[in-house]
Order: sequence, then C-alpha cells, then structure tokens
Amino acid sequence: MGELVADKHVRYILSVEKKKDSFESVVMEHLRMNGAYWGLTALDIMGKLDTVDTNEVVSWIMSCQHESGGFGGNVGHDPHILYTLSAVQVLALFNKLDVVDVDKVTNYIVSLQNEDGSFSGDIWGEVDTRFSYIAICCVSILHRLDRINVEKAVKYIISCKNMDGGFGCTPGGESHAGQIFCCVGALAITGSLDLIDKDLLGWWLCERQVKSGGLNGRPEKLPDVCYSWWVLSSLIMIDRVHWISKEKLIKFILDCQDTEKGGISDRPDDAVDVFHTYFGVAGLSLLEYPGLKPIDPAYALPVDVVDQIFFSK
Amino acid sequence: MHGRPRKPLKEEDESVLSAKAEKLRLLQSQFLANHQNRIYSKEALDLSAKLLENNPECYTAWNYRKLAVQHNLSQSDSDSVASLFDQELKLVENALRKNFKSYGAWHHRKWVLSKGHSSIDHEMRLLNGFQKADPRNFHAWNYRRFVTDLMKRSDEDELKYTEEVIGENFSNYSAWHNRSAILSNLLKRKAEGFSHKEKVLQEEYEHVRNAIFTDPDDQSGWFYHLWLIDQTVKNDAPLLVSSWPSRGSTITLNGHGNNRLHGLSLLNSTLSGTTTLPIILYFNQAVEGINSSTVAVKSEILKEDLVWKPLSVNNSSTAQVWVVYLKLGNMELQLSKTYSIEITIGYSAGIVSSNGYHYGYPSQIAFELCVQTAHTEPVEGQYPKLTSWKDSDFQKVDHFEESNFVASTDHHIPTTSNWCREAIDEEITNYQDLLSDCKIGKLTLARLLTALDLLSPEHDKRKKHTEEILKLYTELMKLDPTHSLYYKDEHSLVLLQQITSSEESLLPHCHYYKDATETNTSYVCLRLQNLLLSRMGSIKNLLWVQMLDLSHNELRSIEGLEAMQLLSCLNLSHNKLGSFTALGPLRSLKSLKVLNISHNELGSHSIDTRRYLCSSPLAHTEVFAWDRFEILCGSYSATKFWEAFLIFESLNLTDLNITGNAVADENFTSFIVKVLPTLKYLNDEEL
Repeated sequence: MGELVADKHVRYILSVEKKKDSFESVVMEHLRMNGAYWGLTALDIMGKLDTVDTNEVVSWIMSCQHESGGFGGNVGHDPHILYTLSAVQVLALFNKLDVVDVDKVTNYIVSLQNEDGSFSGDIWGEVDTRFSYIAICCVSILHRLDRINVEKAVKYIISCKNMDGGFGCTPGGESHAGQIFCCVGALAITGSLDLIDKDLLGWWLCERQVKSGGLNGRPEKLPDVCYSWWVLSSLIMIDRVHWISKEKLIKFILDCQDTEKGGISDRPDDAVDVFHTYFGVAGLSLLEYPGLKPIDPAYALPVDVVDQIFFSK
Repeated sequence: MHGRPRKPLKEEDESVLSAKAEKLRLLQSQFLANHQNRIYSKEALDLSAKLLENNPECYTAWNYRKLAVQHNLSQSDSDSVASLFDQELKLVENALRKNFKSYGAWHHRKWVLSKGHSSIDHEMRLLNGFQKADPRNFHAWNYRRFVTDLMKRSDEDELKYTEEVIGENFSNYSAWHNRSAILSNLLKRKAEGFSHKEKVLQEEYEHVRNAIFTDPDDQSGWFYHLWLIDQTVKNDAPLLVSSWPSRGSTITLNGHGNNRLHGLSLLNSTLSGTTTLPIILYFNQAVEGINSSTVAVKSEILKEDLVWKPLSVNNSSTAQVWVVYLKLGNMELQLSKTYSIEITIGYSAGIVSSNGYHYGYPSQIAFELCVQTAHTEPVEGQYPKLTSWKDSDFQKVDHFEESNFVASTDHHIPTTSNWCREAIDEEITNYQDLLSDCKIGKLTLARLLTALDLLSPEHDKRKKHTEEILKLYTELMKLDPTHSLYYKDEHSLVLLQQITSSEESLLPHCHYYKDATETNTSYVCLRLQNLLLSRMGSIKNLLWVQMLDLSHNELRSIEGLEAMQLLSCLNLSHNKLGSFTALGPLRSLKSLKVLNISHNELGSHSIDTRRYLCSSPLAHTEVFAWDRFEILCGSYSATKFWEAFLIFESLNLTDLNITGNAVADENFTSFIVKVLPTLKYLNDEEL
C-alpha cells in the first residue's frame, strides 16, 4: 500500500486555484465558495493553511455577501444557504468570524425556516434536509442556535427517517449517505442523537463498505471516495465506526491518489478534483491517519477550530 | 468529476476543451450582466436558456428564469401565460437530458408546476422515461412523489408501480424503499385491503424472500426483510419492562459502617449510607410524559411532590428510563419500622412514545422500605478502605434467597398473537433449509431466532435458541471479517441476555466482596469480567447491582449504564474505552464512589467517537461551567481538558484509578485531583 502524498496534494490544490480558465473551473464557477471550503479545509488538515493569503481569501468571501446577509457561490451569483455555510466555515478556519455581521447572516438563515421546521435553500423555496443541516451548523458556529426553532427543525428531520434507519431529502425520500450525514450532523449539533436508531442505521452504513474497501452511498452502487466522508462521519457520530474495516478503507483512498501530480479521484485511476481530494484527506483524518489534523465529524472543520469556537470564553 | 478516466488529454482535445471553456465563460459573464441589470428580453432569455442547456448546475440562471417569468407574467395576456410556463418546462427537459441529477433543474420544474398553469398529464410519461433510463435516480423518485401527490394518485396505484419495477428487476433498492414507505402509510390508516396486518406481512415476506433467494449477495431486499421482522414483533404501545425496586421487594436501609448481609437476594436490597432512594422505571422504548399525574407514588412518608427525570444523555424530554429520587433525610423514618410504597403507572393518559402511541398496560408496583440502623454522617477522618478488585477478595455466592426473581419481576409482553410466532417460525424454516450457508442467511436466521425467543409467552423459553444464535454470530465473524465487530457487538448482547435472564445463570457471576476490615457492609459484586464483551446490554435486568466488575473485556462504550442508579463501585479496567466522553453515562450515577478505568485507551485517539453522544456545549446540551473550570484549570488550555472536566465535575468519587492510559500524565493527575475534591485514593495510593 502506498502512502499519502500530502505535499503533492497541497501543490495540486494550490494549482487548481490558478487554472481559472480551464473548462472544469468555468463549469464550476458558480460554486467557487464550496471549492474554497474544500480546498482550504484540506490544506488545513494537512497543516498547510499558512500557504494561503488570508486577507485575499477573506476579502473575496466578503465580496460574495448580499444585502440579505446570505452569500453567493461567487461574485455576481445569487445568495444561497449552501454557500453561506461554506463562507462561514472558511472564515472560521482563518479565525476571522469577527469580520461578518453575525446577526445579519443569522437573520438570513432564520428567514429560510418554514412553518413545518424545514429550511429552504434560498428565497425560491427548494426544501431539503441538506438545508436543515446547513442552517443548524451555520447558526451554531455563530453562537445563534437559539434564533431558530430547533424543536421544529428536529421534528422535520425525524419525519424524513426511513425503514432502514436512514434519512432522505424530504419525507418519503430514499436514504442516501450524503443525506444521512446532514441529518445525523444536524441531530448531533442539537443534542438529539437519541432519536436515531443507531444499531439499525449503523448496520445500513457499515454495509456501504464494498469488497475493494471503498464505501458506496446507497445499496448496490459503486464506491466513491466522497463517501469516505459522508458514511464515515455518520458512523463516527453514532459510535459505530468499528463496524467497518478501517485498513481496507485507508487502502482504497490511497489507491485513488494521483501519486504523480497530486489530487484524489472518486475511484482508482479516475480524474482527480478538489472535491474528492478534500473528502479523501478528510476521510483519512477521520481514520486517524498519521500526520493529519483531526477533523470534527459534525461541523466538518478541524477539531482545533471547533474547540476554539466552543471552548474559548 | 465522477467516473472520468484519469488520462492526459490529447493536444487536439485540449484545444477543443479550451475553446468550449472560452465560449461558456463568455455565456456566463453575459448572463450575469443581464441578471444584474434585470434584462428579460427575448435575446437575454435565449442566452440564459443556452447557458442552462450547457451547464444545468448554474443555479443563478434558474433563479433568473423565475424572475423573468414573474416579470413577463405581469405583461402577458391570459392566453400566453400557459405558453410562458411551457417554455420553462421545455427548458428543464432539455437541461435534464444533459444532466438529470441537477437539483436546480428539478426544482425549477416543481416551481413551474406548483404555479398551476401547466398540465401535469405529461409528467408521468416524462418520468417513466427517466426512470427507465436510471431506475435508481433519487431525484426522479422524489419528483415522482411530488407529481403523484399533485395528481392525487392513490397509494394503491403507486404500490403496484413498485411491484412492476421490482418485477422487472428485483435489484432496485429505491423501489423497495418506496414500497416500505407506501405500505407503512396504508397499514397505519388501515386502508381497504390493508386492515389485516398479518395477511399483508405474510405476502411481503414471500415477495422479498424471492428477491433475497435469487441473489443472496444483492442487498436490495436485506433491509426490507429486517423491517418486516420489526413490523411483526414490535409493540407499538409503550410498556414497562422493568423497575427498581421490583414488585413485592423489601428495601433495607443501613447507616454507615454496618453489618454484612446474610443471604443474597436479587429481589430485596440493602442500601448503606445513602440519603436518597432512587425509583427507576424502565420502558420498552423512549417515552415522554412521566410526571406526578401519570405516575402516582403513594406512601405515608411522602410529603413533597416528586419530580421525575428522564435518564438521557441528551437534553430531550423523552427517555427509555426515568428516575425519581426520594429524599430520605426529609422523611421522619423510624427504626425497625416498615413502610409501604405503592406506584401506579399509566392509569391516566399522558405517557406517549415518540411515534405517538399511548401507554398500553397500566401497572402497579408495591414495595416496602425498612430502616435497620439509623443514618449517620460518616465520621470525619474515617475513610472507606481502598477498594481492591483482586480475585482473592471475592467469595462465591452459593445460592439466592428466592427463586424465580427475574421471571417474577418480568413486566414483559401482554399477549402476542399466534400469527407473529407462526410468521417468524415459517421464515426460520425457509432460511434454515435454503440459505443457511451464506452471510445474509446466517444473519437473518440469527435475527429471526432472537425474535422468536422474544415472542415466547413463557419466560424460561426465551433462551431456547441462545446457543444457536451465539454460534451463528461466531461463524459470521469469520465469514465476513470486514464487519466482524458488528457481529461481535451482537454476540455480546445475546451473551448478556443469556447471563442476566435467570438466577441460575446469574449465580456464577455473583460474588461477595470481602472488605479487608469487615467493618463496611459487604457488597455483592456482579463480576462480568473476561467475557470478550464489546458492548453492554440487558441493563434492565441489572438495576439492582451496586458493585460491578466489567474488567478485561473489549468495551468501547458503556451506553445504557446510566440506568444503574444504585451503582457505587465500578471496575472498567482493561477495556477499549477511547475517550472521557465514553464515560458520559456515569454522570447520572449519583452514588458512584469507586471507579477503576485503568488500562484503557483514554488519550490514544485523535478522533472521538463519543463526542456527540455525550452532552456538551458542542451539542448545546450543556452549559460549560467556565468559572469553576478556570479556577481549576489555571494555565491549562480548556480544549485539552474539557472532556475530563465535564465528566468528573459532577461525580463524588472517593477512589479513582486511571493508570495505564495515554492521557494520565502528571499535569492531568494534578488537574483531576482538583476537579474531584472528594477523592481519597488515586491510582491505588492514598492522597
């Protein structure tokens, strides 16, 4: 088994930033805020956040904020809850949360909660439990959880629970590992994990590990490095991560590295991208791979960043 | 990027791609300019359509289209309204053909349809096309639920649809999932043809059996089958499964430093040096609404209203276990007098499960309280002796005073109808005959046998298949090593159930603890050491335990231990506890004095798997006592010691052993001594 070529991944992440004119960059231009979160968090986990110019990042982030308080995915794009969380997370990485007007951002999130406790992604009303997680995570980081109706938010999430113990986008929606991460994460942050059937969900999640050692996101699907985050973090939050083979998963992630040019892909020998590079590195961190900073399974930020938020006066 | 091979591009491809990128970039920047200037002309709309057909993920462009519709709507006559929306539907269809996983495209379609100007007739045809091309696409399934709702298509028709899809290819987890959701609904509202649960479930067993037997390695039917078992055996209504004190028991109170026990009784307990008496109610599931109006406690000695507390590590108002503490100090108890206490549960409505079911079987518990010697405060300077866990300090118990304790205190199972047992029995036969050599066959068999034992109306038959079940889990550990610790955890649960379910099986594990000075009351210690236990279980049978030895196992958590309210001495040494947060359940144990957590893995892990299962500021379940922490912590950083502080701050330990853990360095020990002012012994040494 190979080793993590962390230096190459760092160089890869930094190089993607410079290739703004490549086809991929143009296609994903509208979600650059997510990209910033993936790339920068991966750098921090590998101990290399200091290679980035903090002021440049912070001022770009702030240029994506709208009057409503929400952030867009890039300059000129509309505000959406997806990018608002990424913006807040990146500011937290740099310990720069003091640059935002906390109440303004909070007001934006609060305005998106619906009568039934669910959250819309933006003013256009798409509802999804992903947005419940994002809202809860975001206002919690800002120390404003009391501004939303937590009881109703939790109730809505529970209404999306399925016969397999997992969760879907909306009531009746099929369980999916990404969705499960969102719901388990939201329940973790609101101290409501007792509402989950941990053994049932744990069995479904641990059966996501396929022969190659990789994890898939739903039964009878192909494994993908991104589920090293979604499945693994969920298993950790409900304390059932010992139900899979960590060694096999580590091997699978390492096999997905481009050991020459850096970066990690969804499956061995596929094209790499920042999204999978982040999820691979974050997965290895959750697997206690040596040399990486530990990451928090609920807030999806390095543990030291989270502890700094909650354990400093 | 998903599923794109990693290979360097040929030069000509690279130039093609670069030209494409340039074109798209131009399109996007023109679009953003139009958006910013609120230009909704035909040219501008065409441009946005072109952009979305090329890049359906560009969410801002979908927003722009909605703004454009709203803008143009105000200027249209009623005839052109429909065509305005049809144009949007067409665009979505094109975008979905490019990428049918685009959240923005699907939502745009919902938005258009919810405006009510478009026909929905076309939607099912469109969906059928998409669902044929990718029967697992969850966007399409979600959209299907939206459309069938809008069309008011019946649940029965949708159930038939899942049947058709599964008939074409049983390997469709999405369809099985949808089937479970629809069927739950039909069963819940007892729709026509679905009022006989047993008939419906029997058909479903057969249905899913075909899938599993066709390809046992295909997971599509696995979870559906487990759900069916659950539907067959579970009791919707909450009921009491255990309590402490038990029905008909006598609780004897002793002051400090008093005489040893005579015979050992599991029913009757002797408590020493205590000022509070817990009453524990253990239900089959989490309930809410336990209070003085739903649970009445009657006794001449009670003067105040009782406040019931949910025993939950989170801050929820529901819990499986509830406790109330009787404050003995406030009662004028007379020596050698016996007081009776009567608890009635659930005669008035209000106890409700999280699924909304009401408490089904009102019950009553009566027990007696007797004061043998007066309560005295411990004499200053006279400490209890160091607790030793050496084998030589224990003496076997040879018999119990009463027989049939567990059975007599069993509150379980009202009446289970025969069809449940028959259904499970039939499944067992099928799996035994046809599928006993593969993983899912063995696992299902183990689960079915467990269910059958649970359903047995006679208490002593509930262990009938234990040996067989244990054997199956042992085989599974070898057969499927990737998930071996899952099977091991299941094995531990079954083993504990076997040990704790009768006096006969408990007896070999019960020992007198011989205090070196013999001045203290001798405890009865339940010794469950060296059993390869990886998790705890059957706590409902162990509420009477005051001294517990769980050392030399493989425990990673002690979930559930919070219910053992009488616990005063606990040995967890030589296990696999990886963090202080794993000790969270101990925080509710007010009487815990002696704790051995030596030789675990505290401080060895960078990732804490109990972080969110323990109440803390991270989960908003705990307000951090900053003032106290800062005084104790001094120069240490909060982020290093907060977990230990959180756990130990509320305990009154006199004896703690923490050696053999990575965390236990000098700094830490000096910190812990400050957090625990009651501590007399640390790591086997007097302080």
